[in-house]
Amino acid sequence: MTDTTTPDNLLAATPKGVSLWQDAWVRLRKNKLAMFGLGFLGFIIVICILAPWITPYGYEDQDLRLGASAPSAAHWLGTDTFGRDLLTRIIYGGRISLAVGFIATSVALVVGVTYGAIAGYVGGRVDSVMMRLVDIIYALPFMIFIILLMVVFGRNLLLLFLAIGAVEWLTMARIVRGQVQNLRQQEFIEAAISLGLSPAAIIRKHVIPNVLGPVIVYTTLTIPNVMLLEAFLSFLGLGIQPPNSSWGLLISYGVESMEEYPWLLLFPGFALTLTLFALNFLGDGLRDALDPKASRD
Amino acid sequence: MALLSVKDLTIHFHTRNGLVRAVDGVSFDVHAGETYAIIGESGSGKSVACYSLLGLVPMPPGRVEAGTAMFAGKDLLRLSNSEMRKVRGKGISIIFQDPMTSLNPFLKVGEQLIEPLLLHFDMKREEAWEKATATLEEVGINNAAQRMNAWPFEFSGGMRQRVMIAMALITEPEIIIADEPTTALDVTVQAQILKLLKDLQVRRNIGVIFISHDLSVVADIADNIAVMQNGKLVEQGSRDAIFTAASHPYTKKLLAAVPVGEKQPAPAQDEPPIVSVDNLCVFFGESGTDSEVKAVNNVSLQIERGEILGLVGESGSGKSTLGRSILRLVNPTSGSIRFKDHDVTHMNARQLKPLRRQMQMIFQDPYASLNPRMTVYDTLSEPLLLHGICNRKNLDAEVFRLMDSVGLARESVLRYPHEFSGGQRQRIAIGRAIATKPQFIIADEPVSALDVTIQAQILDLLLELVDRFDLTMLFVSHDLGVVRYLSDRILVMRSGELVEAGTANEIFTAPKQDYTRALLDAIPGKSLLAARAADSGS
Repeated sequence: MTDTTTPDNLLAATPKGVSLWQDAWVRLRKNKLAMFGLGFLGFIIVICILAPWITPYGYEDQDLRLGASAPSAAHWLGTDTFGRDLLTRIIYGGRISLAVGFIATSVALVVGVTYGAIAGYVGGRVDSVMMRLVDIIYALPFMIFIILLMVVFGRNLLLLFLAIGAVEWLTMARIVRGQVQNLRQQEFIEAAISLGLSPAAIIRKHVIPNVLGPVIVYTTLTIPNVMLLEAFLSFLGLGIQPPNSSWGLLISYGVESMEEYPWLLLFPGFALTLTLFALNFLGDGLRDALDPKASRD
Repeated sequence: MALLSVKDLTIHFHTRNGLVRAVDGVSFDVHAGETYAIIGESGSGKSVACYSLLGLVPMPPGRVEAGTAMFAGKDLLRLSNSEMRKVRGKGISIIFQDPMTSLNPFLKVGEQLIEPLLLHFDMKREEAWEKATATLEEVGINNAAQRMNAWPFEFSGGMRQRVMIAMALITEPEIIIADEPTTALDVTVQAQILKLLKDLQVRRNIGVIFISHDLSVVADIADNIAVMQNGKLVEQGSRDAIFTAASHPYTKKLLAAVPVGEKQPAPAQDEPPIVSVDNLCVFFGESGTDSEVKAVNNVSLQIERGEILGLVGESGSGKSTLGRSILRLVNPTSGSIRFKDHDVTHMNARQLKPLRRQMQMIFQDPYASLNPRMTVYDTLSEPLLLHGICNRKNLDAEVFRLMDSVGLARESVLRYPHEFSGGQRQRIAIGRAIATKPQFIIADEPVSALDVTIQAQILDLLLELVDRFDLTMLFVSHDLGVVRYLSDRILVMRSGELVEAGTANEIFTAPKQDYTRALLDAIPGKSLLAARAADSGS
């Protein structure tokens, strides 16, 4: 028990209130694996954004004389059956895949966490109604839901992202709601009520920070999920169309010609796998960094 | 010849943050037919020392560095896993602290009781069942034959602890280790369990090792007492020797930590009461059905400005619900609650907000009442900013001032709750409660989750703060000794109703109700108090 009070000169050297996020960032920086993941992701994103200045080929430039050629000095990762440079297509595909991964997941994250936190915190009838709505949307066959959206609003890339997010948030909402229901019983929530905090402030400051652990884990699982979902939709003709490309599409075309031209499967596969590894490292690191109980130094 | 002889037991934990000397050269003997109490605060190594006898210390990180523990001609510290399994249950059994979590909720009580018999004794099922029924009867469970088929959730906390004791006894061990077996129980139930343990120990002539942080709990049942601090056994001796002639300063501190005496009642005020509750009812569940629980039933009370009002009752008596409903954390079913000039009974959150500043609460469990993801700074600055008491400029100074008031070191301002001990956490929670300079505070069992030496510090802190900031306090507790120590008036609550009210002196010297008398009788440590009284009288 420390009963000693320190002299006033400590007042001068006041540490400003460090928010959870600032503190988390300090801890994340100490996690080498997570920082590597973050760096790698940053690297991929920069390359994808700068695509036109990086590769000498266009993503739809065909060279039919080449056909599917193995990796060479001119085409580092080889070419596909139309003689298109694979590296270029992977970089351009990364634009779509990363965009769908991050946008759809952000939608799921924001909508799911907010919705779940409100349902779990308010409880009672509100919770019942909100969760029954989730059940109903769950019960809708996913494909019909997407096709319906496409028919009503026309085919649009952003809409595709939103539609995928609109499906993924359901699970997030359920996970968060369950967590929040447990949290709701904790005395520090009662303490916050007795301080006079509004429900919105309690959810923002006391509830959500305490459910971040499972949320982050589920988010890192969602990103690859939506990337593959996009490939699946594109394959059915509901997503993006050739000559546009995404990692998912490249992989599914690669699978068809796996035996003759294995590099068409291998390299897009690598791109996806490495990105997912990086994401997982980053996710694990974030989860630890956001949990003050994980060892501090 | 001692039943169990522990010599020079040394256990170290090799953790990431370095070496922890959990148990450091501890020696003691336990004889048949004695209750040997080991006293110490959390972290003193008392549990680790005893758990190591049954190989229950996780290794790694733990490691037995030295020592022997001879039991029935074998060294318990050097048994193989299969040999150890024979000792567990058969030779030495253990009763854990929390009866709510130490029974498997998905197995009937009878099934759990016969398990060790089938395992260790090759008994037939019917035979084992019969023996288990007899043991249940022995530990004082009525209708034992029927209760064998009950599920754990059908038992109250005290009854579950009886079941746990039956489970420990059923294999007829020579030694029972009881690890704080009554800490999670009400004071009246605690008295029953202590008596039961003592009776069984005498009747069966076994050795009981009783681990506790509270000297007064073991005062009436221990034959010998050992005091542990920081892994070392600092003093041991017969009970009387420890009570009357303790030499080690830590033992003296433990003895002094038992709250003794009562507060002089504050002089009556002419002012109107700060809180007045009239015919308050709080019911849960559907009205008119069996599921309806009358947590608070037609309670009226007044709290005068500047007094500390003690509210006593067992768990389930509705005392916490009453406190929470005064702060409108629970909605009342009927009746009225007035805070100063305001009728708060039906106020909504927005109307309540300016009043929240003037009435605050300190919660029981300092591990649950602080947001684990907020630093001390965040926790203390939240009320200050919310109620506009501080702006960003003078916030730091005010946070530090609060930390000084509750005795927290300023260096720890950016730490998270889990980095503090229980007592320090409770100081943070108290700091949060007094941050808004409230006039009225409800303290809901603020010390019952704390070690006894820490309890004394926190109680003194509360008294000091009440004095310094001119607070009025409703102090809710199941512990009459604590309530007597700091309350001006005491209310006794039972099954949702107030059964008795009076000054501390009136309640203790002339209780009117049988129930109050039962509560008084259940206060542990009479022999200790008597010894101390004799000591100070001489």
